[in-house]
Amino acid sequence: MANSELTNGSLKAYAQLLQSKQISSLELTQAFLQRIKQYNPSINAYIALDEDKTLAQARAADARIAAGSAAPLTGIPIAQKDIFCAKGWPTTCGSKMLANFVAPYDAHVISQFDAAGAVNLGKTNMDEFAMGSSNETSYFGGVKNPWSFDRVPGGSSGGSAAAVAARLCAAATGTDTGGSIRQPASLCGFTGLKPTYGVVSRFGMIAFASSLDQAGPMAKSAEDCALMMNVMAGFDERDSTSLDRAKEDYCRDLNKPLAGLKIGLPKEFFAEGLSAEVGQVIENAIAEYKKLGAEIVNISLPNTGLSIPVYYVLAPAEASSNLSRYDGVRYGHRAAEYTDLMDMYCKSRAEGFGAEVKRRILIGTYVLSAGYYDAYYLKAQQIRRLIAQDFVEAFKQCDVIMGPAAPSTAFKAGEKVDDPVAMYLQDIYTISTNLAGLPGMSVPAGFASSQDGPALPVGLQIIGNYFDEARMLNVAHQYQQVTDWHTLAPNLPEGKA
Amino acid sequence: MALSIEDIKKVAHLARIEINETDAQATLNKLSGILALIEQMQAVDTSGIVPMSHAQDLSQRLRDDVVSKTNLRDEFQKNAPILGNGSQELAVAGGLYLVPKVIE
Repeated sequence: MANSELTNGSLKAYAQLLQSKQISSLELTQAFLQRIKQYNPSINAYIALDEDKTLAQARAADARIAAGSAAPLTGIPIAQKDIFCAKGWPTTCGSKMLANFVAPYDAHVISQFDAAGAVNLGKTNMDEFAMGSSNETSYFGGVKNPWSFDRVPGGSSGGSAAAVAARLCAAATGTDTGGSIRQPASLCGFTGLKPTYGVVSRFGMIAFASSLDQAGPMAKSAEDCALMMNVMAGFDERDSTSLDRAKEDYCRDLNKPLAGLKIGLPKEFFAEGLSAEVGQVIENAIAEYKKLGAEIVNISLPNTGLSIPVYYVLAPAEASSNLSRYDGVRYGHRAAEYTDLMDMYCKSRAEGFGAEVKRRILIGTYVLSAGYYDAYYLKAQQIRRLIAQDFVEAFKQCDVIMGPAAPSTAFKAGEKVDDPVAMYLQDIYTISTNLAGLPGMSVPAGFASSQDGPALPVGLQIIGNYFDEARMLNVAHQYQQVTDWHTLAPNLPEGKA
Repeated sequence: MALSIEDIKKVAHLARIEINETDAQATLNKLSGILALIEQMQAVDTSGIVPMSHAQDLSQRLRDDVVSKTNLRDEFQKNAPILGNGSQELAVAGGLYLVPKVIE
């Protein structure tokens, strides 16, 4: 089998090849490592690779398969966003602050993949502390969108996104605080799922905004995401917000027919700000769902526009507290020269954090400071409830909500980097689900032409009710049985031979 | 509400981030744009609405007060920062972390 074919398989196909011993995990892993060597120098999706560790895991997986005790993902090479602590691996969160940090323990997500026998291919690039929508705030440099190298992959999970799209991994993990799985999935043309808040443990996942952060899968199809969810989800007592629920099989409903499914279309998701070409792709996708027997219901989420102002109070407020731990005392960057303790704190933090992270810490500190708490933080929490209630009302009328995942296709590197507000508007369709704690996903739905470049991927967003991931995966999977957008991969320019 | 350079300096101090005049001015411009965005909230009547602090309506789980973790101090101290001020050593000694003297 040619290398390019081997790196383009589904997780189910890999599991069958591995468990019937047609290929070994070592061969599969080496095929991906070879491809990473060829393309990563230009794409910059991975920021930490450790061939010895990776190959040792592949050999262990082969031994497990030989012993007859393989799990569905045993031997399959997965990329891990660099926000997850993985013992013995550099874990930087895309920041100079943690450039020399080697994780002393495993995040829950990492230990779940280890227990499943999956192979860790490496740590992927990301916006610094997950703050960004283009991967351009990373201390380790931007990431190329595999569909067009002059474009961004989206963010903050930009490295994982480019790795999935360029077939530099079988699947990847991401985290989503305001859209960081779904917006890059849309911009890079693959399937990504942000689960209900509390379904995947945050233990060992470096905190940005704790009431919003949630990890999820980034993969080539809904079925692959379901298999990833079976590994990632589950109760963990080490995360105080982890939900103690019975273990689910996220594949259980994949093959259910969609006849009678009620799809809600919120008018606010198709208003001003949405690119006309993207809107057309979404309409075509909805038409496909009608053919599958779904009913369309027009709904309203009237407070959608407020989700961005609310988010840019709450997320920075939580971030300013979470990031106060980086003081240069016990780990992380410490300034080379300082006079006293205060000077050490202030210099270490000024040097260790990038511009966007500092901006958000300052906003958060400001909105929490004496005299402003009620006007900003409390007010934002009140409107957060209004936004969540909009969804409660909407789900009385429909089973799932659909719309675009991002307002446009991938934009050019540098285009929005000096305009934080324009960058923030990238997440207009995704943020409200984080505020409500609902699950959301992005599914490849076609391509939109751009005026000054190639046609670029567009993602259809599917929002479900709390704990309705299995249904959302069913809804996405059925679409992927009648369309082939999710199977398309970019033609990469020649990498290193 | 309009921000001033003095506000920026005060907030930067509260956040323990050193900031010089040039950066303070650039930060003021960017933060003013973001605050203008946030101000959209003030048009909403939120009287009587219970603030939503979290995505799930849960009470804090409690556990028995027993030792639940192994001691990883040596592992953790491998990540200690470089001491600085001319020293390339890690900022640790005898299992403790070294910081500038704070009590005379």
